[in-house]
Amino acid sequence: DQHFHEQPQFKRTILLCFKKSKYYNPITFLPLNLFEQFKRAANFYFLVLLILQAIPQISTLSWYTTLVPLLLVLGITAVKDLVDDIVSNMFKNTKWKDIKVGDIIRLKKNTFVPADILLLSSSEPNSLCYVETAELDGETNLKFKMALEVTDKYLQEESAMADFNGLIECEEPNNRLDKFTGTLFWRNMSYALDADKILLRGCKVRNTDFCHGVVIFAGADTKIMKNSGKTKFKRTKIDSLMNYMVYTIFLVLILLSAGLAIGHTYWEQQIGNSSWYLYDAEDYSPPYRGFLNFWGYIIVLNTMVPISLYVSVEVIRLGQSYFINWDLQMYYSEKDTAAKARTTTLNEQLGQIHYIFSDKTGTLTQNIMTFKKCCINGQRYGKSVPLDFSWNMYADGKFLFYDHYLIEQIKSRKDPEIQKFFLLLAICHTVMVDVSDGQINYQAASPDEGALVTAARNFGYVFLSRTQNTITISEMGIEKTYDVLAILDFNSDRKRMSVIVRESNGNIRLYCKGADTVIYERLHPRNVKREATEEVFANETLRTLCLCYRDISDDEFEAWNKKFMEASVATTNRDEALDKVYEEIEKNLILLGATAIEDKLQDGVPETISKLSKADIKIWVLTGDKKETAENIGFSCELLTDETTICYGEDIRQVKSTKNFCVGVKNVQFLKLSQQTAEEKQKQTEKRRKAEAYKEQQQKNFVDLACECKAVICCRVTPKQKAMVVELVKKYKKAITLAIGDGANDVNMIKTAHIGVGISGQEGMQAVMSSDYSFGQFRYLQRLLLVHGRWSYIRMCKFLRYFFYKNFAFTLVHIWYSFFNGFSAQTAYEDWFITLYNVLYSSLPVLLVGLFDQDVSDKLSLRFPRLYVLGQKDLLFNYRKFFLSLLHGAITSLIIFFIPYGAYLQTMGQDGEAPSDYQSFAVTAASSLVFVVNLQIGLDTSYWTFVNAFSVFGSIAIYFGITFDFHSAGIHVLFPSAFQFTGTAPNALRQPYLWLTMVLTIAVCLLPVVAQRFLSMTIWPSESDRIQKNRKKYMAEEEQWKRRQSAFRRGLSSRRSAYAFSHQRGYADLIASGRSIRKKRAPLDAVLGNAVTEVREAHTAVANR
Amino acid sequence: MYYGLSNFYQNHRRYVKSRDDSQLNGDNSSLLNPSKECEPYRTNEDKPIAPCGAIANSMFNDTLELYRIDNDTRTPITLIKKGIAWWTDKNVKFRNPTGDGNNLTALFQGTTKPVNWPKPVYMLDSELDNNGFINEDFIVWMRTAALPTFRKLYRLIERKNNLQPTLQAGKYSLEITYNYPVYSFDGRKRMILSTISWMGGKNPFLGIAYITVGSICFFLGVVLLIIHHKYGNRNTSADIPN
Repeated sequence: DQHFHEQPQFKRTILLCFKKSKYYNPITFLPLNLFEQFKRAANFYFLVLLILQAIPQISTLSWYTTLVPLLLVLGITAVKDLVDDIVSNMFKNTKWKDIKVGDIIRLKKNTFVPADILLLSSSEPNSLCYVETAELDGETNLKFKMALEVTDKYLQEESAMADFNGLIECEEPNNRLDKFTGTLFWRNMSYALDADKILLRGCKVRNTDFCHGVVIFAGADTKIMKNSGKTKFKRTKIDSLMNYMVYTIFLVLILLSAGLAIGHTYWEQQIGNSSWYLYDAEDYSPPYRGFLNFWGYIIVLNTMVPISLYVSVEVIRLGQSYFINWDLQMYYSEKDTAAKARTTTLNEQLGQIHYIFSDKTGTLTQNIMTFKKCCINGQRYGKSVPLDFSWNMYADGKFLFYDHYLIEQIKSRKDPEIQKFFLLLAICHTVMVDVSDGQINYQAASPDEGALVTAARNFGYVFLSRTQNTITISEMGIEKTYDVLAILDFNSDRKRMSVIVRESNGNIRLYCKGADTVIYERLHPRNVKREATEEVFANETLRTLCLCYRDISDDEFEAWNKKFMEASVATTNRDEALDKVYEEIEKNLILLGATAIEDKLQDGVPETISKLSKADIKIWVLTGDKKETAENIGFSCELLTDETTICYGEDIRQVKSTKNFCVGVKNVQFLKLSQQTAEEKQKQTEKRRKAEAYKEQQQKNFVDLACECKAVICCRVTPKQKAMVVELVKKYKKAITLAIGDGANDVNMIKTAHIGVGISGQEGMQAVMSSDYSFGQFRYLQRLLLVHGRWSYIRMCKFLRYFFYKNFAFTLVHIWYSFFNGFSAQTAYEDWFITLYNVLYSSLPVLLVGLFDQDVSDKLSLRFPRLYVLGQKDLLFNYRKFFLSLLHGAITSLIIFFIPYGAYLQTMGQDGEAPSDYQSFAVTAASSLVFVVNLQIGLDTSYWTFVNAFSVFGSIAIYFGITFDFHSAGIHVLFPSAFQFTGTAPNALRQPYLWLTMVLTIAVCLLPVVAQRFLSMTIWPSESDRIQKNRKKYMAEEEQWKRRQSAFRRGLSSRRSAYAFSHQRGYADLIASGRSIRKKRAPLDAVLGNAVTEVREAHTAVANR
Repeated sequence: MYYGLSNFYQNHRRYVKSRDDSQLNGDNSSLLNPSKECEPYRTNEDKPIAPCGAIANSMFNDTLELYRIDNDTRTPITLIKKGIAWWTDKNVKFRNPTGDGNNLTALFQGTTKPVNWPKPVYMLDSELDNNGFINEDFIVWMRTAALPTFRKLYRLIERKNNLQPTLQAGKYSLEITYNYPVYSFDGRKRMILSTISWMGGKNPFLGIAYITVGSICFFLGVVLLIIHHKYGNRNTSADIPN
């Protein structure tokens, strides 16, 4: 099923097409938005209500009681949607829309690769192309890709490219970043294609002026997109809880209405039918009247299902999001990035996180390697005074090192060991050099190597250039060229690399650097400095690397070289053969010293991690890096300490057997190198095929096991597997998860977790684009969770509890009243009060609580991470709290009805005037209600500001203002039938006994609450109560701390040393092959010739098999 | 002097809404074309009913007269029938239809009396400022009660001087013209006399409630004070792990 794509056009530059996805335009906004809104169940419910109210038989409330709040709700939501739409349009734009499979495109330096591309040719010799894959796997070192020789040869000119008409057969689109198989058929020949010839979407072209390639996969078929998973609409736990509660209330509403309808039926039979004054000329039977009244009650009691709930929740979340955006303490000034809540609907979930899944590179670390210390000949260097490197013309300005003594030693040239040490650093590596504008830039396969060569450069041993078999360095200003006889490259099994050079005096010497464990095995038996060096950096979280050398006689080298040549041309098992040969020469080494490189953590990472783990949040590090690096980082960010037992996941059988042991001993930690070692993976796939059930068991075991550990580090995981790990925890632990990362390799994980956080400010934006929150530094996570998350959670819970309470207190009065009006669905309040209660009289204070409330200050929240636990345990809002709120509301409504009822039984006014009429009763009940709910929110507010006070008393004032206005003579003259309560408020509220009734009602409603608060505060105070009580003491303490600056530093935890090169081999092959000798080719314009404006067609066809 | 009815559901929804406020406000078009809410008391014999609706139709129409019996002589107690309705009701909410002259009969031309009434609305009283829609008995009735057992102000008995009680101890007789049927719905009628102070009439509920709540508060206050002394200082030196 081959499908030939259209003849591709030659594109001069790639088009970054910014796709506009504006959902609304001014004309369609209103209908579209309304349609969207009515798709929400709650709004639809109110629309149905509105229609019900239009039926005269069952219309128990005036039309405006539902319409006004509904319009308000729709209006606010519409405005919010509009704002969201405008805001989000600023971000959704990066899509390479117009690139199609089969296009030949040119990529320039420092651009992102827009699709999966087969490299045809480039500006570099041999059509090399350097790419940075940080977006894909988090590694920042350069990787090189090389085109096929044949395409390199024939496809340099644009015209040649236009005539290119090969056929590419390749695998189906998949998500494996490191594998590609395909064949190119061209000019009756077939050429095998592998991953080395493919530029993947998301990579960045580096150090290559331009390159050409043919698009193999575009858009959603690209490997990175295959890895990124689906975008799911995220909802919070409280959201779904809230939905269930609304359903519960809805059910309660139906049951109550049915009950009242039955009551009405009964009443009609007993009393109503015999009451001549109720005669209405309709010949309805009592059950039919009951049925009509059922709908009537549905309408009357509709306020039980709070219409403004959803819109209020959205407004609160939006406000909280803005607080996050505005938080200056989460603003990273160096990169000018503020925290950003990109999703406004998840805030309270931030207060309920159980698991954090963190990426390593760029998230925990800065991805900068620095040369920190060294040990030469048993002498340690690296203290604390910044050095001046101005004596050295090649010095890199950013380099910092602290030890004067070392400089003096170098300058004096007394110690040959020191000279050898730095010579080794300058020679033994596979770094490429690139001179531009007189500046030397190094391109290293791993950042460690770059750091070492840069260090040597600063100490006067400057690596200047290399050819296929020579290397030129400047030794303290004197240029010297060495013949490189062999480069014994790094790989992850060898954990070392060596070079063999012939020095100017004809001596052959092997320089070797490698991980300490590997080097010690190969040292000369008489080497005495060994012990001293071994312990040097053991107590610091630095990556160590041992340096050593060996003199080789000519004969020995000749003999070895022969073997080496044989091995390097071997066709089968070439790598293994080479390793064996290397092994032979790397022995009897003489130790020079050791270097210590710091994989710099971001600021405050260990503190953040310890804070978060004190808040009972489990932190898992998922990284694509290898085991040693991951473990190293685990130690340096204090995720792992020396007391912890580390279990490796490779030996899963052992892990299983130790499971019981783990349960018993508390402080056991696992370094879970999950399924990712090669055999392990195979095993798993096999098992998966064998039985689904077994796989599930396996997964469950994995999660159970991992969750018993204090910390989990997964290494060698692909983006997909990262997401799978998150998915597993979500599935088996039912816990709230947060994923944090910075690269495109984290996108899938970020999308899968309940909350995704992107670290922005790094070069790529892919992670940020798919995240829910983004900020510049990992350490802001603690503020996001412990302060904003916790506050949001508390606010939202308080808001919801109060909201249900206030609506129940309001609505249930109708039910109590119905026992005294023949269940006739007569309302206990004026229609206008019902209309405005939810939108005006009681909404503002609770909104402000939802926005501003805080039980303890941000400083104290950060200081006492334990406070976070209540969110994880759902302590503040659950079904129990919900029913308690409803009960509280029901009791309040009882009091609000029955105290005025008692007072109205035999009351008489001041002037003897009609004292117990319905309208006065409605005003009394309504006024008591407004007082009670507003004072209740006053009691619930723990953080009083002027605005809170203003809103509470303002709401009461507004109530009286509007009521008096609606009851005034003037408005009755204008609209006699819309405002029927003329004169009620002035007449009723003139009566002292009504005020006494109201005061009694308020007191009976609120005093028990006050007493209960007092009791729980004194007898069972929560942690936050206690902290709040002692806040002055804590503040004083903090002041003290500030004055007495931290006199002692935390002891550095010890760790094992490990040296990590990059994952892949270095550039040794490349250097040996001579292909990298950097001759600049003619500039781009010359290549293009005169055909610049001409658009040509390339006859290329790519077929996906 | 009040009259009281019990088991009379003046607060029934169907009853409460069966009125036309703009008709009662003197709106001429509503007078001749009352609101649909008044059904089935909207029209009678193709003529609009004024005042329309079930409330007006069922207006209390017993008359009560109080006599003091003094040595077998009956002296009627002066019962004041004006000033029993709210000022706003009498002057704002309820107004007679407007037109030429003050002849209510002419103004109510074209309307008919409520079905149950013996006489039309413009013959409720002889005085012009207490006749038609602004008749105070009518207004009081139209202000529907909150509860099924209610009392409404019927007449005022003025206190003549401060030295003597308004109604001296002695024999009185109450004469009732019985028009209003309550047997069918098991209702009861009452006549209540009450003395009004600045606080209104006698109302024991509030007093009892206040005393009860007050004593509970006092008791609780004492208990809480004890608790505070016992526990209050215990937690101030909190040792919270941080």
